Amino acid sequence: GAAGATGFGSMADTGLLESLLRLLEKVDGGTDSQDVAADLGVDHQVIVGAVKSLQALGEVISTEQKSSKHWELTGEGREIAEQGSHEARVFNAIPDEGLPQNGLMKMPSGKVGFSKAMSNKWIRLDKAHEGGPRVFKTVETIEDTVRDKLQLVQKGQSAKLEDKEKTELKKRKLLSEVTVKSYWITKGSSFSTTITKQETELTPEMIASGSWKEKKFKPYNFEAMGVAPDCGHLHPLMKVRTQFRQIFLEMGFTEMPTNNFIESSFWNFDSLFLQINPQQHPARDQHDTFFISDPALAHEFPQDYLERVKQVHSEGGYGSQGYKYDWKIEEAQKNLLRTHTTAVSARMLYKLAQQEKFTPVKYFSIDRVFRNETLDATHLAEFHQIEGVVADYGLTLGNLMGVLHQFFTKLGITKLRFKPAYNPYTEPSMEVFSYHEGLKKWVEVGNSGVFRPEMLLPMGLPEGVSVIAWGLSLERPTMIKYGINNIRELVGHKVNLQMVYDSPICRLDS
Amino acid sequence: MPTVSVKRDLLFEALGQKYTDEEFDELCFEFGLELDEITSEKEILSREQGDEKAEGASDVVLYKIDVPANRYDLLCLEGLVRGLQVFKEKLEAPRYKRVSPADGGEPQRLVITEETASVRPHAVAAVLRNITFTQERYESFIELQEKLHQNICRKRTLVAIGTHDLDTISGPFTYTAKPPGDIRFKPLNQSKEYTAAELISHYKTDSHLRHYLHIIENEPLYPIIYDNNGIVLSMPPVINGDHSKISLKTKNIFIECTATDQTKAKITLDMIVTMFSEYCDEPFTWVSSYTLCIELAYRTETLSGDFINKRVGINESAESIAQLLTRMCLRSEVSGEGDLIQVEIPPTRADVIHACDIMEDAAIAYGFNNIIRSTPRTYTVANQLPLNKLTELLRQDLTAAGFTEALTFALCSQEDIADKLRKNIVETRAVHISNPKTAEFQVVRTCLLPGLLKTLAANRKMPLPLKLFEISDVVLKDETKDVGARNNRRLCAVYYNKSPGFEVIHGLLDRVMQLLDVKPGRNQGYHIQAAEDSTFFPGRCAEIFSCGKSIGHLGVLHPDVISRSELTMPCSAIDMDIEPFL
Repeated sequence: GAAGATGFGSMADTGLLESLLRLLEKVDGGTDSQDVAADLGVDHQVIVGAVKSLQALGEVISTEQKSSKHWELTGEGREIAEQGSHEARVFNAIPDEGLPQNGLMKMPSGKVGFSKAMSNKWIRLDKAHEGGPRVFKTVETIEDTVRDKLQLVQKGQSAKLEDKEKTELKKRKLLSEVTVKSYWITKGSSFSTTITKQETELTPEMIASGSWKEKKFKPYNFEAMGVAPDCGHLHPLMKVRTQFRQIFLEMGFTEMPTNNFIESSFWNFDSLFLQINPQQHPARDQHDTFFISDPALAHEFPQDYLERVKQVHSEGGYGSQGYKYDWKIEEAQKNLLRTHTTAVSARMLYKLAQQEKFTPVKYFSIDRVFRNETLDATHLAEFHQIEGVVADYGLTLGNLMGVLHQFFTKLGITKLRFKPAYNPYTEPSMEVFSYHEGLKKWVEVGNSGVFRPEMLLPMGLPEGVSVIAWGLSLERPTMIKYGINNIRELVGHKVNLQMVYDSPICRLDS
Repeated sequence: MPTVSVKRDLLFEALGQKYTDEEFDELCFEFGLELDEITSEKEILSREQGDEKAEGASDVVLYKIDVPANRYDLLCLEGLVRGLQVFKEKLEAPRYKRVSPADGGEPQRLVITEETASVRPHAVAAVLRNITFTQERYESFIELQEKLHQNICRKRTLVAIGTHDLDTISGPFTYTAKPPGDIRFKPLNQSKEYTAAELISHYKTDSHLRHYLHIIENEPLYPIIYDNNGIVLSMPPVINGDHSKISLKTKNIFIECTATDQTKAKITLDMIVTMFSEYCDEPFTWVSSYTLCIELAYRTETLSGDFINKRVGINESAESIAQLLTRMCLRSEVSGEGDLIQVEIPPTRADVIHACDIMEDAAIAYGFNNIIRSTPRTYTVANQLPLNKLTELLRQDLTAAGFTEALTFALCSQEDIADKLRKNIVETRAVHISNPKTAEFQVVRTCLLPGLLKTLAANRKMPLPLKLFEISDVVLKDETKDVGARNNRRLCAVYYNKSPGFEVIHGLLDRVMQLLDVKPGRNQGYHIQAAEDSTFFPGRCAEIFSCGKSIGHLGVLHPDVISRSELTMPCSAIDMDIEPFL
């Protein structure tokens, strides 16, 4: 934290700090920490430590980090700068009458010096000399340029050497190029040449005694992160659910009771004018169903409504040709995990139809549905469906588009267009597309339609009543909102809790 | 949604116009199709089997077009082109009619015997006479049958199609059913005869046909079609005979559809005949020859312009609406009485079963995106579901109490809710799923604890303590409900740390009760009392009572529960019903 970071491991001693400050006082425009090190005769690292200590005191000094490359002698290079190059040392060791080769080779610089001096043509070897091979000088004097060059570098005048020369010396491991991080130090806004002891934190005693007025406080490090509050976190998908609930409530929609995962085929399929046996259903792949073995069958239906449903499926009626197949109660009774929340919408619309007088309604729900389908990065066996339903006299397709426009505007989506589609229980059916600015294309964001008369009229709803509806999944917009590609990273027990801890609040329209 | 794959250049040639990909995509969108993918055989092969296998494959551009699941008339190039040309008013919808054989001979007959009743009771048939195939037309003909088989025919369970070279067989034909031992013929593209029983075992390993064997395999009688000389045409729904197989040179085709659903058999046959009569002699007279049962029925519906206007939300004259419908292959005329429109439903549009289907076609032709969007005037006051309102409020305060929300699956294995929690599956009152693909989906959860324990296990590397909660539904069998089961909204929380932290979970209970405005106390308040529960460590479990009613448990989890959940630290938990607080 900002407060915690004011302490430093090894505070440079006050004397050094004050020497540095006094030095700084005398120069205009600042100085380099390397020069300070040279001036005070201490190692550069010690000065770096001192600079850090002074930084921690606030605006006493201000600094700018610099990085420079420079040439430095290696150990061997330093030796040569002092004692001369190996070849020079060999040359100097040879008296006018020469020296036996084997004696010369025993010198510390012998081997390297001999070959270099030979190639410089400073010496010659008389192999046939009596008493064994003997080395003689060939010139009177020599110029030890290697030593001269190294001494230049040592004096900090490496710039006087040509690059080729430096590379050559580097190859001989006499020179190396090092990067030095140093500071350019200037006076800070509260520059002073004396150091006062600083307090870490304000204490109750200081407040009581008023001593805080005389004290200096260590500055905070505002670059550091704070301490995370000790709190719980809402799950991101549930945060998005809350926002969708809010949007529906703002639009005057009443929440449907969707707390019934187990549904009969009757309400899940037949009541919607979906062919009872999903085997026969043309869009069966959308309805891969989990059936229930225990309790296998539903045992209670509104009997006269069931008869009307049976009739419209098998024979038609209400202006419909029907599907003309043998409708069986045994199929309708089969329990399943609901494949859509529209099963609940059907129950609600049936209930509405039983009212003595029809009243317009707007309903919504957001709850789990189940599909027994192949799982992948975007499909799970269960997901949340968002559904909106409006029932009133004389609703039009234009009305459905209008409601969708308002709904999606609240999600921050204003560019909508509609594609004709097929859905067995709505006619017309429309897929809703929105223009995705990032992908630069239209993407599907939901499905919608007008419930078929074959679904509504057997329920007993008045002839002129239209019911418009739309649906979308909760997971998809959430994955887009939070940038999650695999649904398993969002839903289920495998989620990383850190993701839950870190997820921001959800405002769908921003 | 079925996908139809057509060659782009062939499509454009048939449409008499070239489109850019974008233009064609736009046309599809407007018409209710979706240009799903632009590819080639080579690209598909290379993607599925690698570049090597794709070597030399065709790189002719293919359009993969998604077609609505009820539009069987758009499942082939011929149908797509016809639909789009009529939509663009470049072609008048053809009028299909059945005719008697040109030579004045008797129409062909297919006799259905009683034996078929037990296995596959329905059959319809037709003859296409004087057809001219090209390689492309022939391929499309085969492909359409396959598309129909996969869609309306529900993988041949409802309907199976057989097509035959009429000139190799002679009617009348007989559709009957026989014991598999009594059936013997040379099947399509085989070199010898097999009995039906042999065929079943022969095709067990056939990657294509083995999927259809189950439809008849265990039946005492197998469906079979013979010609007048006892030649086998087909053994539906598995395989045709080799004798009558069609080729590029076939001129007269006998088409039979056998079925368990007569309506769908008729639709299927109508589709094949209407799509391919285009290639019969006398182009665009749409001659299709006739045999028994084929209907090619046109139906007329009468509806008012006002109905369409009011349902769609537009204001068009009856004439203009008739024109819109005609563009959707629904030939329409204003009848002269008021704004009544007579709409003729062709045999290709089996999807039109109600006036609302006609209304939709008018809206599509008008253009969905040309309809003015308007807000309905429906006035309503919003209400939250009390149970969800309570849930929302509690969730907020549980996070304020330092617990993090988990979101776990409602489906799980029997082991999750029984063995792992040291419970007997019978006592759980769990709802069982009959067709789970894996053990993960055997039952609906009866408590929230398994999901939270799995969440802990997946997050063992997170800093301790871990404090999780979930408020969600479990499902329990309940005889009093129409479906025999009900949801129950529960609150579950766990505390996972180096020490069990019973006091933390107990403190959470106290906080929840405070939020619910229930005071500690025996009668009108809440209290906990020692209880035995196999999920919990003996002596470390208490039952929660509110207003004298048991609403759940809290305690330190049994060490076996911890290790069976792949956890290593002590853990305390609370699991309670929140529905009593509504």
